[in-house]
Amino acid sequence: MAKHDHTHEHTAPPSDPALRVKALESLLLEKGVIDAEALDEIIDTYENKTGPRNGAAVVARAWVDPDYKKRLLEDGTGAIAEMGFSGIQGEDMLVVENTAEVHNMVVCTLCSCYPWPTLGLPPVWYKAAPYRSRAVSDPRGVLAEFGVEIADDTEVRVWDSNAELRYLVLPVRPEGTDGMSEDELAAMVTRDSMIGTGVIQAPK
Amino acid sequence: MAETLPIDRFPELPRDDQGPVFSEPWQAEAFAMTVKLHADGHFEWSEWVKYISTEIANGAPPDEVDHNAIYYRQWLSALERLVADKGLSSPPELMDRKDAWRRAYENTPHGEPVELALAGQS
Repeated sequence: MAKHDHTHEHTAPPSDPALRVKALESLLLEKGVIDAEALDEIIDTYENKTGPRNGAAVVARAWVDPDYKKRLLEDGTGAIAEMGFSGIQGEDMLVVENTAEVHNMVVCTLCSCYPWPTLGLPPVWYKAAPYRSRAVSDPRGVLAEFGVEIADDTEVRVWDSNAELRYLVLPVRPEGTDGMSEDELAAMVTRDSMIGTGVIQAPK
Repeated sequence: MAETLPIDRFPELPRDDQGPVFSEPWQAEAFAMTVKLHADGHFEWSEWVKYISTEIANGAPPDEVDHNAIYYRQWLSALERLVADKGLSSPPELMDRKDAWRRAYENTPHGEPVELALAGQS
């Protein structure tokens, strides 16, 4: 048998959580509870095929089509499904409209409930303790940190997502966008504007 | 107390990043297993939310600053508990398998694929 240099005889194990995931995954695969292909498909879907562009398409449609907007505000889940977006964490959607009188923002104080089919997976700050606690106790302060100034006479409403209901903010359509197509409008809609931590700037 | 720290104490928080939601592959794998188990009817999503909420309420190590890592560690702990409670595995089985993977890595020549068969005897 050939002699090996000791330093080449082993591979450094990965981090503790990575080993725990390997343990769980290999056991569930062996038991036939899950299959590897399905897992790859799920990861690909959530990394590449869902995201805030879906929500932006919904918002743009609501801006150009008053009937659609009415349906969206009355039955968010159904109107969003019309556009082809549905699935886990999108089963029960409430769409809340921002106006000159009311600014809505969304949080999940207990964990990180978030409308995956329309917005993809949540950004890091949405899952972090400071946002979860301060969005409720000091929403205007949080908005200021996101660079959003809300007029004193505008009411700020904070919606706490949960396992049963998730929220999508319908942002204010910026001025100076009258002649724009639905696609052009969708391209302006930011993820944060649909969480309520951003507003959409008027085109220059 | 972590719950009341202002957001600006976490300058590393990306505010406008639309990029990757997973910072390491194990996070994506833990996420996908959870989605798959739910999709196959092993548990209701509301059940999952109770498990993850409990982990989050238990808090995070004060020295950890990577929020994605904190979050997905909590996620993984919740998934391990749920899988055990559903009888799909058990804490000792998970622990033994984790140790086996660790030994497999240690017994695998650098650069070669790591296989569980290399774990040897415990």
